Amino acid sequence: MIEMADVYKTYPNGVVALNGITTKIKQGEFVYVVGPSGAGKSTFIKMMYREEKPSKGSITVHGVNLSKLRNSRVPLFRRNLGVVFQDFKLLPTLTVFENVAFAMEVIEKHPAEIKKRVMQVLDLVGLKHKIRMLPDELSGGEQQRVSIARSIVNSPKVVIADEPTGNLDPETSWEIMNTLEEINKRGTTVIMATHNKDIVNNMKHRVIAIENGKIVRDEQRGEYGYEY
Amino acid sequence: MNTDMNINTLRRHFRESFKNLSRNGWMTFASVSAVTVTLLLVGVFFVIMMNLNHIAGNVEKDVEIRVHLDSAANGQDKELIGKKLEQMPEVDTVTFSPKKEELDNLIKDLGEDGDAFKLFEQDNPLRDVYVVKTKSPQDVVKVAKEIEDINYVQRVKYGQGYVEKLFDVVNVARNVGIVLILGLLFTAMFLISNTIKITIFARRNEIEIMRLVGATNNFIRWPFFLEGLWLGILGAILPMVLIGTGYYYLYETISPRIDIKFVELLQVNPFIYQIAAILVLLGALIGIWGSMMSVRKFLKI
Repeated sequence: MIEMADVYKTYPNGVVALNGITTKIKQGEFVYVVGPSGAGKSTFIKMMYREEKPSKGSITVHGVNLSKLRNSRVPLFRRNLGVVFQDFKLLPTLTVFENVAFAMEVIEKHPAEIKKRVMQVLDLVGLKHKIRMLPDELSGGEQQRVSIARSIVNSPKVVIADEPTGNLDPETSWEIMNTLEEINKRGTTVIMATHNKDIVNNMKHRVIAIENGKIVRDEQRGEYGYEY
Repeated sequence: MNTDMNINTLRRHFRESFKNLSRNGWMTFASVSAVTVTLLLVGVFFVIMMNLNHIAGNVEKDVEIRVHLDSAANGQDKELIGKKLEQMPEVDTVTFSPKKEELDNLIKDLGEDGDAFKLFEQDNPLRDVYVVKTKSPQDVVKVAKEIEDINYVQRVKYGQGYVEKLFDVVNVARNVGIVLILGLLFTAMFLISNTIKITIFARRNEIEIMRLVGATNNFIRWPFFLEGLWLGILGAILPMVLIGTGYYYLYETISPRIDIKFVELLQVNPFIYQIAAILVLLGALIGIWGSMMSVRKFLKI
């Protein structure tokens, strides 16, 4: 469970990104975060994996109070969640297999366990046959599936995705959404910031709309609600 | 660093550090060259310093205080003075040299001319002498002053003026050497730190992803730590070989031709091995320090 209580964020340059956010996300939910560019979506997302700290207010993710979490404990906290980005953030010199295995090596898992689990998640995202390829040899959709595989390889309770379909064509976007949906059905919370109207309106889930750093709308099975 | 690391992780760090060395070929070459040049200079300075020190030490060791006793002192007085000298905390050894022995030495030292002094054997004008050696040569002046105040001490000689000057020269040479070596080491550290910074900049994505998937700072640091270590050790190889063989030939050609008292070079063995050890150690330290400094920036600690 993720809880935000009266969260404010002002950046050192004076920009106010979040202006009093209070919300609660239960385990196993699928949540879209929508809103105009610069409304605070990214900051809202970054708060949850402790890339940014609130200026005021508190955030608790699975019982961990992020405003009180020491910097040295951040890596351990992050092992409970997976993060997916618009630009995939894969390492270009590593193969598909190595990119996914990387997330397990880093937390010092046994090589045999790594091999088994990586094959399992690559099977789940449908890339078992491309494990020896480099990211450059894959399409955008395939690269994003590798990055999703990496985000779930350590079986996190939450997957946070910041515009995961932003760089993809509509058809590929749907493939990615089906993968995320599949992950969500297995009990993982999925929180996804998006600008994709079609997806939000057709694959119905909870929608949180943020404008000027505030939640202006929060509906179960909501609509995208913007014309862009 | 973290102590509960398993063998697979350690193996990974080693593999990773070697991979990075070869992947950043030119940067590796640049860093290694920086270490090499510095260590060559530092090594040459070390050789000069250590030999100067050795020579200075030889001279210092020979400095002694000669305490001339008043002829009015009787046997008991002399014994008392001897005890007093031995009780001084800075004093190492005290040797009594009666005036008969002093005269014999003088005659012997002067060779043929000494025969003229044999006349004095009947009525010896010299004084009994205590030869005092201090534990540390630097204490000579102070101890000499104290001895002057003892009763029945007629004169204290230790090469006044000459000894003070010697100590001044030795101290200045030591300090200048240390400053130069430290300066060189710092320059090298910054050179290496900058070169590695460039290679790390190219890898900031990798570090970012490591942080996102939950790698601890120590885990991220390890390969860089090892990489710095390899750079330092690689950089030390050429200076070690050059200075080692260079010193060997220098010693072989120069040593037999020196016949000035106190002046001699340090023995090749163990000196060149000591220098080699110092160079490897310094190389490793600057390498590690340089890479740790540059990786710091990318870790939010």
